[in-house]
Amino acid sequence: MASSCFSKSKTIIMRNLKSKNFFMLGFINHTYSITNLQFPRHLLHTISSPPLPVSNYASSSPYNYSIAFSRCFASVYGGRRLNTATSVRNSVDQLSTEAPLQQDLDFPGGRVKFTPKPVFTSSSTEERTPCYRVLNDNGQPILDGDSVKISKELAVKMYTNMVTLQVMDTIFYEAQRQGRISFYLTTIGEEAINIASAAALNYNDFVFPQYREPGVLLWRGFTLQDFADQCFGNKNDNGKGRQMPIHYGSRKHNYFTVASTVGTQIPHAVGAAYSLKMEKQDACTVTYFGDGGSSTGDFHAALNFAAVMEVPVIFFCRNNGWAISTPINDQLRSDGIVVRGKAYGVPSIRVDGNDALAIYSAVHKARKMAIEEQTPVLIEALTYRAGHHSTSDDSTKYRPVDEIERWRGDQNPLKRFRKWIETKGWWSDEAESEHRNGIRKQLSQAIQAAERVEKPPISDIFNDVYDIPSKNLTEQEAFLRRTIQKHAQDYPSNVPM
Amino acid sequence: SPNSLPHSTPFSIKSTNTHKNQKTFLNLSAPLPLLNKSIPKSYKLTFGFHFEFPHLLIFHNPPFFFNFKKMASIFQGVGTATTLSSSASFDSNKFHPSSRRSLSERKVSFLVVRSDAAKMNPGLNKIGGRADQLVTNAVATKPDTSAASTAASKSGHELLLFEALREGLEEEMERDSRVCIIGEDVGHYGGSYKVSKGLAPKYGDLRVLDTPIAENAFTGMGIGAAMMGLRPIIEGMNMGFLLLAFNQISNNCGMLHYTSGGQFKIPVVIRGPGGVGRQLGAEHSQRLESYFQSIPGIQMVACSTPYNAKGLMKAAIRSDNPVILFEHVLLYNLKETIPDEEYVLNLEEAEMVRPGEHVTILTYSRMRYHVMQAAKTLVNKGYDPEVIDIRSLKPFDLHMIGNSVKKTHRVLIVEECMRTGGIGASLTAAINENFQDFLDAPIVCLSSQDVPTPYAGTLEEWTVVQPPQIVAAVEQLCR
Repeated sequence: MASSCFSKSKTIIMRNLKSKNFFMLGFINHTYSITNLQFPRHLLHTISSPPLPVSNYASSSPYNYSIAFSRCFASVYGGRRLNTATSVRNSVDQLSTEAPLQQDLDFPGGRVKFTPKPVFTSSSTEERTPCYRVLNDNGQPILDGDSVKISKELAVKMYTNMVTLQVMDTIFYEAQRQGRISFYLTTIGEEAINIASAAALNYNDFVFPQYREPGVLLWRGFTLQDFADQCFGNKNDNGKGRQMPIHYGSRKHNYFTVASTVGTQIPHAVGAAYSLKMEKQDACTVTYFGDGGSSTGDFHAALNFAAVMEVPVIFFCRNNGWAISTPINDQLRSDGIVVRGKAYGVPSIRVDGNDALAIYSAVHKARKMAIEEQTPVLIEALTYRAGHHSTSDDSTKYRPVDEIERWRGDQNPLKRFRKWIETKGWWSDEAESEHRNGIRKQLSQAIQAAERVEKPPISDIFNDVYDIPSKNLTEQEAFLRRTIQKHAQDYPSNVPM
Repeated sequence: SPNSLPHSTPFSIKSTNTHKNQKTFLNLSAPLPLLNKSIPKSYKLTFGFHFEFPHLLIFHNPPFFFNFKKMASIFQGVGTATTLSSSASFDSNKFHPSSRRSLSERKVSFLVVRSDAAKMNPGLNKIGGRADQLVTNAVATKPDTSAASTAASKSGHELLLFEALREGLEEEMERDSRVCIIGEDVGHYGGSYKVSKGLAPKYGDLRVLDTPIAENAFTGMGIGAAMMGLRPIIEGMNMGFLLLAFNQISNNCGMLHYTSGGQFKIPVVIRGPGGVGRQLGAEHSQRLESYFQSIPGIQMVACSTPYNAKGLMKAAIRSDNPVILFEHVLLYNLKETIPDEEYVLNLEEAEMVRPGEHVTILTYSRMRYHVMQAAKTLVNKGYDPEVIDIRSLKPFDLHMIGNSVKKTHRVLIVEECMRTGGIGASLTAAINENFQDFLDAPIVCLSSQDVPTPYAGTLEEWTVVQPPQIVAAVEQLCR
């Protein structure tokens, strides 16, 4: 098995190195020739990373090196891996005055330069990865900014969708508080992420959401009535009333059904990207998750996998600082999520999640990169979850109210974007109030209509478990029907038989 | 009356062999994939048992002497001096047992004999006609696409079970370009049990994909790919590793077709070897069918012969539901002749291995062979067991099982799962609920104990149900 081969080779290496006094990676201060070290060729297939730890220097080191990864099976792997990985220059022997020595060794995975000093990489860098932003806090474009220019129609559409999303969230949240729907989850504070990222994608890019991305569906044409139908679980719901509210899904809009499990959609996106790569389609997949979701095992394995397979997938992390009640410092100690991309060999960027234009540009570029270079891309959007986790949560219990108010007020993504489009002359106060009133009216009508529509029929309990109901399911359905007929008073009356 | 065997019962664990043969036997405890290399060609060891076999019966008879549906059976010599009674469903008088051999020449090997086509020839065997009636269409919701009912061509080809699986895979990959294989070491290594050998060079590294060690992630990947229209086959190197993928299998694979309102379907096949092997250790001897059986939305099948392995593999790939195909580590080297023409079996159907009158023995996977071995002894003792390989673990083929219960009124379940919560437990409940009126005795279920599988060979043997226990149980049941 692969694992046993690996451990065997490790002992071979250790034994060889120790016995022949070979140069140990950074552990001994002597340098010796290691030309005779033989590696069993077949083991290279099973090992893909250097077995010994590699010391890293800060820039002050005379030896500047990094690890190059080489592949054994050339048939699948395109040029990206070989080109972009910073390869070690088989370079100048700086100690040429001494006996000729080898500065690096061709371990499985690539050449690695040695260092005589045992220095550990620091757990954190002094400077955090910079954050890409286009508009400043006042909605003014930053000078020397580099961003994709968008038209008036697009900008207005983006803004109106952001407003619609905000109004929808407020009204549905209130509907839940009134007891009309059982559950709701708002996107307050993350409207820019939702709408701007959706605007930068094509309609045939497949979306694998977590649960805080209804704006993507909204952008793609899901109507307010569709949202209401799903929340009320009536018979017009795409999901036939089988999932909780906000678990939207629409094949028509290339938006996969939300599952409550955190992070499970990330490998799904990788698999879907794999199928796009197999069928050579001009599309990518996008998956969203939060800072909490980036701690799941699925995230790490999926990122690793996507890098290995070189598939066109965009990993979009909404780092909103909170995972229910867990603040970011209790969630992770790395420099956010963006540095994790580097660990797996995935190009990454950090953007200001409250800046719609920055998100639009970043996603636009990421999509291009993913499809043209067939590579995964990781985007970390820094933002704030201005609402509660869900209607089952009261976030004032674990965070200060003034912090929430600050982010809801000044740092509001809608505010910034609105300032920008108003300075451009594309928006006005009247347009704002007109739009908001219109949406509110539509929403209340949609909710009332959804409340009146009847629920899905009994048979929808048993359909779609398999493609055709199995015998035990038909028996169980018959039993349920008999029971309902017998005890009709104990069952809800508004469920059609 | 039960005949007296020349020596102690052939199923005793204690060896009555000479040490010479003992040694030969012990050498065979190497892991199975390597097994065939160490055996001289004349003794094609196709199966590993811990048992001693007194004699080898060489079957010279051509296939048409057997009158069941096409199946592979292990025949084991029960003693040369004995002739099988005519009540046996095998056409025993056509056997030509070899002359009695001395103990020292005893060979431990089996031949797997192919039985004839399902086309019963009533004249040849009195049971043939009845067998026809018994094997009716099962609970299957889809029409039976099996070609087993057609006469088999005499020119089949012989292969091992893992090769049959590979043939099924290859035919389906040829037929449908959306079929792909995802798993650890499936590509250039050819799979840890060589099931996907040769497929990566033929179809490319992308279609036969090697994955990092992240079962949950690559199962999730397969699900994502399936939702987009591919038909992935996800291989767990050992079924036990798929426990890591339980979240994806239960929460997503089984559910997403339902919760999405039928918008997205997940036609994956999840397969891998499970069951108690030859000293693989507790972690690699898991029986996952008991854990997966209550996940709604998935189907489970277990293959036991090269014939049904290939047929079930093809059926699973063509099915639009997620299917978990349970293979067994010790069955990969089973040899059988299977038809040249294409055939697909029904996923929800059980297999009638041996029709009988006295007791219904329900079993699947490796236990089928233990049961058939016990059946030999039972036949000698005058019993007539009906053996059904249930094959479809979820949902059960209650149609065939019901017909059998209605005939024999006694049920014995022989399984490899643990006692608690295994397939046998569910099957017992299902039969009790549905066929209570037809039972003359409580259902007896023989299963492994609720212990992790020990490593020591002797201990491991005793966690698995052995033929003497089956014989004793039938005798008890039929009292």
